[in-house]
Amino acid sequence: MKFVDEFRDGELGQAVAGEILGIVEPGRHYKVMEVCGGHTHSIYKYGVDDLLPANVELVHGPGCPVCVIPMGRVDDGIALAHEPGVIFTCFGDMLRVPGSNGTLLEAKAAGADIRMVYSPLDALRIAREHPDRQVVFFAIGFETTAPSTALTLKRAKQEGIENFSCVCNHVTIVPPLRALLESPDLRLDGFIGPGHVATVVGARPFEFIPAQYGRPVVIAGFEPLDLLQAIHMILRQLREGRCEVENQYTRVVPREGNLRALEVMAEVFALRPHFEWRGLGFISQSALRLSDDYADFDAELRFSMPGVRVADPKACQCGEVLKGVIKPWECKVFGTACTPEHAIGTCMVSPEGACAAYYSYGRFARQREVV
Amino acid sequence: MTVSDREERILAIIETARAKTPRFRDERITMAHGAGGKATGTLIEGLLVPAFGSAALAELADAGSFEVDGASLAVTTDSFVVKPLRFPGGSIGELAVNGTVNDLAVAGARPVALTVSLILEEGLDAQTLRDEVEAIAAAARAAEVEIVGGDTKVVERGHADGMYVCTTGVGRRDPRASLSPSALRPGDRILVSGPIGEHGTAIMVARGELGLSAEIESDTQPLWPTVDALLEAAGEDVRCLRDATRGGVASVLNELARASRVAVLVREADVPVRPDVAGAAEILGIDPMYVANEGRLVAFVAPGSAEAALAALRSVPGGDQAAEIGEVRTEPPGMVLVRTAFGGTRVMDLLVGDPLPRIC
Repeated sequence: MKFVDEFRDGELGQAVAGEILGIVEPGRHYKVMEVCGGHTHSIYKYGVDDLLPANVELVHGPGCPVCVIPMGRVDDGIALAHEPGVIFTCFGDMLRVPGSNGTLLEAKAAGADIRMVYSPLDALRIAREHPDRQVVFFAIGFETTAPSTALTLKRAKQEGIENFSCVCNHVTIVPPLRALLESPDLRLDGFIGPGHVATVVGARPFEFIPAQYGRPVVIAGFEPLDLLQAIHMILRQLREGRCEVENQYTRVVPREGNLRALEVMAEVFALRPHFEWRGLGFISQSALRLSDDYADFDAELRFSMPGVRVADPKACQCGEVLKGVIKPWECKVFGTACTPEHAIGTCMVSPEGACAAYYSYGRFARQREVV
Repeated sequence: MTVSDREERILAIIETARAKTPRFRDERITMAHGAGGKATGTLIEGLLVPAFGSAALAELADAGSFEVDGASLAVTTDSFVVKPLRFPGGSIGELAVNGTVNDLAVAGARPVALTVSLILEEGLDAQTLRDEVEAIAAAARAAEVEIVGGDTKVVERGHADGMYVCTTGVGRRDPRASLSPSALRPGDRILVSGPIGEHGTAIMVARGELGLSAEIESDTQPLWPTVDALLEAAGEDVRCLRDATRGGVASVLNELARASRVAVLVREADVPVRPDVAGAAEILGIDPMYVANEGRLVAFVAPGSAEAALAALRSVPGGDQAAEIGEVRTEPPGMVLVRTAFGGTRVMDLLVGDPLPRIC
């Protein structure tokens, strides 16, 4: 595939890996967090961490949009899906996320009309095709997916589609990063910035990280060479004593972001005062609701949602894993009560989560030699 | 980096748990139980095998074997619920024949006879039925099996999505074959009979839900000629064969790595995938290794005969893209590792969720 294969070239990868090896200080241990779940996925898919020296450790951040949905929201979604006449739509990876009493997939098996869609526009199409049913779209994701939800709602309003509504779980990336950075036990040396989010919001929202917290950020693309190059750029900043936001993904990310997308989001969404994150607790101004102009499409207002709040299981230490304070295997329930088949915490839910990945890899994650 | 005692202990717990026979503890059947991944394994190994308790079943082969008056036979059965009924490269009728004769073929049995059961939905268009009956007849002729029995049922509107087809096949076991899922040995080579991922991708595109247009055809075809050529070339050195249907090549490799207590290493760059299939998979975020095939087999062959086996696969019409994709290793037992084209290594596990329901 043109313009894709070039960024997956194994020989170039080896060359960049060689440069990384040349730039690390022997004896120093580096922890670099990739914020975005898409990066985590690429790292596993291509075995990127295999090409790194063993003292460069990648920590998987809070940017998997599925994993951060708290159990209470899943329970709310399931309750909504069981309402008579409702067609409940969501992305496929949401179906497996456990609430306090099962998953949406199990709710589907129990009779709820739950349909997987690839785009919010598909949900709107279902609403058009079933004017006698209430079609609800369970929206998740960061600034990456929020614009498409916003455009869908705009279209629904223009077309006057009254049987369509949206449970808005959209979240923003900066507040959880700030929460992580505020944590006194944080052990991270730098951040791989989320390329897709930055495509929408630009590079500027990440400047507080070097400015206030003294950690370098490199915004990166999603191909394996992008990631290796970003890691190299972070290590070079550390080596040279620099600390700034750099953009590895210049072929896509403009400094100012996508103004048109930001405009649509500003019209359709408003900030929530606070929102609960699985594993991280409540974070203020970290999520979006529908704006007052779009309140008619807000499923949380249209239906009586239980609004349950389910505390993360006590034994779960996902927060510490996310902060890089403990390793997955150091969590009390890892591998015993918490497994990919019966996940307790966010890090085990998605195959991209730190714990799920470690569970699959087991001891093979650490066979690299220390430099 | 050394592994601390505590970490070692936890890893050991996980490895023991993974090697255990899964138990069926789910409250309800979900679509994941039909996907050929972990949940399907739980259903089969945790509920069906213990309940029926036959040794032949516990082998978890594609077809069961038995002897009748000295004749060595194999039998298998399969149900087809694919949606849509017709798709580029095939239809439910053709699939229903090929799926079952292929389960016999990869068990080392030449398909001989077939029964066909039709479950028809009230209101099904007669022409659709005629077309599928003709497709079944044509596929049976092509596979050289005789249809010797069958059944018809009709269910109320809304209960069968047009039609379902169930076929049962009987085959005669070939004396050249000594195949077993537990026969893999370190050093064995892994071959595929052609490019992978076409059937599942064709169905996905044919459903028209994705706004993709691509001319990808299902690979559905009978595999006995391929198996015949393989056995002729490599005989007993063919350790095991599997047709890579639901769950794709990845699931086959995982099942056999577990059954033989060996590791499998796949070289991603050597796996043949058509560019349009790779493109569709890329857009959908699906790995072609997990996508269903209906006319491709995976062969495990002793190293000495690997070259002859590959030549045999390529000699079969349509087999020119057959390839050696990896080998069997000792460590870590029960696991499948992929050497990525980029140069890293990753674990390729059984699928937990369901990428695409009702593909066959």
